[in-house]
Amino acid sequence: MKITKETVEYVAHLGRLELEPQEIDLYTQQIDSILQYMDSLNSLNTDGIEPTSHAIPVKCVLREDTTKASFSVDDSLKNAPEKTGSFFKVPPIIGVEE
Amino acid sequence: MENILDMTIAQLKKLLRKKEISSVELATYYLDRIKKYDGEILSYLKITEEYALDMARQADKKIANGEEEPLLGIPFGMKDILCTKGIETTCGSKILKGFVSPYDATVIQKLNKAGYVHLGKLNMDEFAMGSSTENSAFQATKNPWDLSRIPGGSSGGPAAAVAAGLCAAALGTDTGGSIRQPASLCGVVGMKPTYGRVSRYGLIAFASSLDQIGPLARNVSDCAAVLNVIAGHDVMDSTSIPQPVPDYAQLLGKDIKGLKIGIPREYFIEGMEPDVKKAMTESIALFEKQGAIPVEITLPHTEYAVAVYYIICTAEASSNLARYDGVKYGLREKGKDIIDMYKKTRLKGFGKEVKRRIILGTYVLSSGYYDAYYRKAGKVRTLIKQDFDEAFTKCDMIVTPVSPTTAFKAGERLQDPLTMYLSDICTIPVNLAGLPGLSLPCGFDEKGLPIGLQIIGQALDEARMLQAAYVFETERKVKKMPERYSV
Repeated sequence: MKITKETVEYVAHLGRLELEPQEIDLYTQQIDSILQYMDSLNSLNTDGIEPTSHAIPVKCVLREDTTKASFSVDDSLKNAPEKTGSFFKVPPIIGVEE
Repeated sequence: MENILDMTIAQLKKLLRKKEISSVELATYYLDRIKKYDGEILSYLKITEEYALDMARQADKKIANGEEEPLLGIPFGMKDILCTKGIETTCGSKILKGFVSPYDATVIQKLNKAGYVHLGKLNMDEFAMGSSTENSAFQATKNPWDLSRIPGGSSGGPAAAVAAGLCAAALGTDTGGSIRQPASLCGVVGMKPTYGRVSRYGLIAFASSLDQIGPLARNVSDCAAVLNVIAGHDVMDSTSIPQPVPDYAQLLGKDIKGLKIGIPREYFIEGMEPDVKKAMTESIALFEKQGAIPVEITLPHTEYAVAVYYIICTAEASSNLARYDGVKYGLREKGKDIIDMYKKTRLKGFGKEVKRRIILGTYVLSSGYYDAYYRKAGKVRTLIKQDFDEAFTKCDMIVTPVSPTTAFKAGERLQDPLTMYLSDICTIPVNLAGLPGLSLPCGFDEKGLPIGLQIIGQALDEARMLQAAYVFETERKVKKMPERYSV
């Protein structure tokens, strides 16, 4: 076993995902077999190799620090599920257990 | 009117200029076909009929004034992953149902300037995660060559719509093969440009170091015409490359004498269907007859590409999809506090494959596992890129199959995610190396299902790839459309 149910549940929590009880077993089994497949990478010697994060690199992409118009408050709030004034309205944030 | 589906964009533009057809008539022609056939193909998520006719009327005015734009009056479908101002963009997900973008993606802005007509938004696997379009939250698109089979994914909607003649051409996106694989399975031409060639501004991100937008069309010259419009540097995308855009149609019609085409042994795998192998052998022989020189090459780290990809893309996706939290747009489920809201929203809004990849991606980035998985995968990615660099000292471009199999039956690969992931074994390495890849129809299997050939080019070598593809397409006349939709 590369991964346990408890780890899957914890990682899901980190990713702010809630899983249905029947999903946890299925995901654990599927993710476990995927992780086992990924073990094949351990057979490769990668000493001295730098990772690639940007395949066709572009360096030092800068722009002038000038201000431009952005979206209006109305446009920004257009898709808001709940709003009040010029704010997105959400449930309590402070004092919430992580 | 019967020839419309056989015409290239250049030929359609000629008809429009000579007033033999109006843009409104052309748009109506496609809209009628969508009404007639898309009920069984299910390629479109949304048809923007009034908007299309409006754009077509604008195009007709411009044509009457003698104005000229590269795609003036030509009707397109857009994969529903591109932000379109004022038009819903769902990314194939419930979590974005109802989301209306306040801005147009750069490619949409460019198409607008080029005078295109927008027919509608095309179906896709949710957040571009999938190889069959079965992961769409809304509908499963069918393969027009056999409605019991999948069209491929994640750009299944674009590939099916182009194959069935429900648009002149389409835009799709490709992160691990999502343009090339469905193009291959649906018998159309599809191209993923060099990473950074086309701006990703307004492209809903899946894996930022791999995503690219590209054209799908029924012929090579249309791909070149579309690439000419969408390619180019963009200040809004800091990964977009500054090199100028050549005319991608310039080399079409030139011969390929002396062109060295690399054939990598690792791509001709055991699981390859015999008909696919036969089509590849015939295709390589055709290239040779046209003056190209096949060269045996090796890409030794190919077998590790799928593992590398599913570590890197899931890691990047777990980060990119963190924004879907019910706060500013899209679906929101009620929660007693903010975290409860996030969890309930993401539970309701995300499908199984998306959740699976977020969990995988979060895990491989987590403390204690980051080096073993993510960093290791990054290093193997370098090895894969170096394989290509080495191969290109011996050849000009590389020819491989796109997919080891033709289109599989709906539902066939849903039980085991790993089987689905292996569909992309030939396309994934190209994204990891940031190289351009093109899928070209090269024949059919004994069941009448399309087979695609892949051309992998050096970075920014799209013009030469299109040149080679054009030669192939001219010589090997492959049927473009299923009988059923040819009327």
